Amino acid sequence: MENLQAQPQAVSAALNRRNGAFLNRISQGLFALFLGFVIYTLGQALWDNPSVFVQQMLNGLQLGFIYALIALGYTMIYGIVKLINFAHGDVFMVGAFTSFYAVSSLNLHRWPAQIWPGMPEGAVIVLGTVSVILIAMVVSAALAVIVERFAYRPLRDKPRIAALITAIGVSFFLEYFGGLPFVYTNNYITYQRPFEVAVFSAGMVSPVLIGAAWGLFALSLGATLVFNLMARRGNVQAKEWLKHPLLQFGVMLGGFAAVVLTLAGVKITTNGKIWDLSVSNVMLVIMASSILLQVALQYVVNRTILGKAMRASAYDKPAARLMGVNVNNVITATFALGGGLAGAAGVLYATSFKQVHHLMGIIPGLKAFVAAVVGGIGSIPGALVGSLIMGQAEVLAAGFISTPMRDAISFSLLIIVLLVWPQGIFGEPPGEKV
Amino acid sequence: MYKRVLWLVVGLMLLVALPACGGGAKSETIKIALLSPLSGDVATFGQSINNGAMLAIEDKNASGGVLGRQIEVVTEDSQCSPEAAVSAANKVIDQDGVKFIIGEVCSSASIPVSEVAMAKGVFQITGPSTNPNVTVDEAGKTKSLIFRACFIDPFQGTVAAKFATENLGAKTAAVLLDQGNDYVRGLSEYFRDSFEANGGEVVVWESYTGEDQDFSAILTKVKDASPDILYIPDYYSTVNLIAAQAREKGVTAVMMGGDGWDSSDLDRAAVDGGYFTNHYSAEDPRPEVQDFVKKYQEKYGTAPDAFATLGYDAATIMLMAIEKAGTDDPAAVAKAAESGEFPVVTGNISYDEFHNPVKSAVILQVKDGNISYINTIAP
Repeated sequence: MENLQAQPQAVSAALNRRNGAFLNRISQGLFALFLGFVIYTLGQALWDNPSVFVQQMLNGLQLGFIYALIALGYTMIYGIVKLINFAHGDVFMVGAFTSFYAVSSLNLHRWPAQIWPGMPEGAVIVLGTVSVILIAMVVSAALAVIVERFAYRPLRDKPRIAALITAIGVSFFLEYFGGLPFVYTNNYITYQRPFEVAVFSAGMVSPVLIGAAWGLFALSLGATLVFNLMARRGNVQAKEWLKHPLLQFGVMLGGFAAVVLTLAGVKITTNGKIWDLSVSNVMLVIMASSILLQVALQYVVNRTILGKAMRASAYDKPAARLMGVNVNNVITATFALGGGLAGAAGVLYATSFKQVHHLMGIIPGLKAFVAAVVGGIGSIPGALVGSLIMGQAEVLAAGFISTPMRDAISFSLLIIVLLVWPQGIFGEPPGEKV
Repeated sequence: MYKRVLWLVVGLMLLVALPACGGGAKSETIKIALLSPLSGDVATFGQSINNGAMLAIEDKNASGGVLGRQIEVVTEDSQCSPEAAVSAANKVIDQDGVKFIIGEVCSSASIPVSEVAMAKGVFQITGPSTNPNVTVDEAGKTKSLIFRACFIDPFQGTVAAKFATENLGAKTAAVLLDQGNDYVRGLSEYFRDSFEANGGEVVVWESYTGEDQDFSAILTKVKDASPDILYIPDYYSTVNLIAAQAREKGVTAVMMGGDGWDSSDLDRAAVDGGYFTNHYSAEDPRPEVQDFVKKYQEKYGTAPDAFATLGYDAATIMLMAIEKAGTDDPAAVAKAAESGEFPVVTGNISYDEFHNPVKSAVILQVKDGNISYINTIAP
């Protein structure tokens, strides 16, 4: 004992050894090595064939936006109830099936044409698609609320592990109940899209569309800058305008759409080879709906009474209850919102992959959950950023490193992110927490 | 506590013993067992096999049976699982006194059943199990009593490559495969070897996992390589996903595949213009085919798929071999099968030394929502 006290360095070394610091350092070193390898491989791929690399990034963007919609549900529900809702991926599956039946059996995507036969085709498609998405959202929201009411609420004051196990049970129930022959059957079903797919590639995107996207971006960015300037000068109204959801929507959608459409529509040549990028309208629809729903959610959370109640409940449930917030209703609303987003994601996912199956929710649900954790669970912008990273990691790993190992590689990258930011990228900012 | 366990054991023993008392073997009929998955993921395959086999057996019974004796069928649900299939095989052999088994559907279940059949001296023929180890043991020795009605995986890959180079004039091909699926890997590897031997070049060789739904990363590479042929020898569910995404990525290669494409759920719009190898085509003008298709339509109201056809063929081959042997001794029937030639629906079958049928494959094309017969390719 005295001997050790005399040698403080030996003590700390011994402690370190006991805490596995040495092993930690080795694992960190291995991860750094791995990261270096990934960056080198990707850099080389970019150098060799930039066109393919950019196309892969576009593929990843599409995937990321779908994950974002699912991840939002995880993050909101975790933020308020501190429950990892494992049944969320299956709510997503139900959303996809709802839209499948709405389109294939009920022909719902054509309703405007049946009511007003003279309606222009474009309007019919837009209106029909929107209503299909809305129906899937409503059904999924209802399902999420029912699950909450019957499976989670009775366990709200019990140990948290009980609710977690229940969530797993509900998830299995939905998956295999859906697989019964008289529900959805366990077949792989080819999905009928509410709209036809069109692929845009070089020269096929109208310059008007590209211009419009850039215009939207420039306009909303300009407005943001102007309001920012005015707000700095002490204009209170400008400060309010700055937070307006339309502005956020314009900047995000305009920015993404402008980049994507320009890449797809403009002829670029490197190494004597014309870039042959293609973007489908499915991707644009996914991008637009995902951003729209994100911004709408931000609006609800930050600017409405309900959102205020949600934030209060997330912060301190008993205190919120004392302040007259009906916490039960707030939680129901949270599940409805999360379920609705999952339903929309289900429609978009089925639209892009053209297949529905009763187990289709497991893997996307898992990946979106990881994305939410990486972004910082409980944070709404974190869910979006985490999902976009997840989409890129997955597609780039599959494209340039190894396809069968894509999940192993992308999940390792996520471990690295978590090593650097253990709370997730957006931490747990109390103000943003839902 | 002990008492309860004791009662449980006694109850279980009674349960096991009771049916055994009822089943005395009757010698005037020939008993055949059908072991197929009738529940679970591949239940439709099992149902098709049974439909086909029953058609052949009922036909035979109507025309006086085999060796002058009626055929009695015992049906068991073997669930495509090794455990369930082995217990079903033991049940039909020990309890029902069956000497002839048609089944299983899945190779993973057919292999353990073949061990039971060999140990107990029972003749077995499987319809669609393609794994070489169904009829050949680990040491490479042919299992004397085990046969199959389908061609094995290597053959399909070879035929597809031959068709691609000779009939389509293809020079380059991309192959996408599920590394974890023996069937898919077998077809892919033999396709590659044969395609390269014929002077072609495989420019993309990419594997994915069974759970993948997003193939954009692989397909971007395929598009960049712009091959003549895109070979996707997976089951229709995965083919649907890949084909739809490939078209949207702007991949223009002609798609090709194997008998996994043969399903009413194949997304015909997505694979439009593609070709696949199969066991038979309903449009094949041979009288055996036309006769079978007509009878099947009358009985079940749908066109037979490949599984129904293989079930029909397995039953037919077995009955012809019994007749040829002139006895219901399994060893003699196996000898008759080895030396005989059987004109059945999927071709004129004779057996090689490994009990694999020597027969031709058909090439089908998916075009404008229809599947049409293109060609028959001999090995």
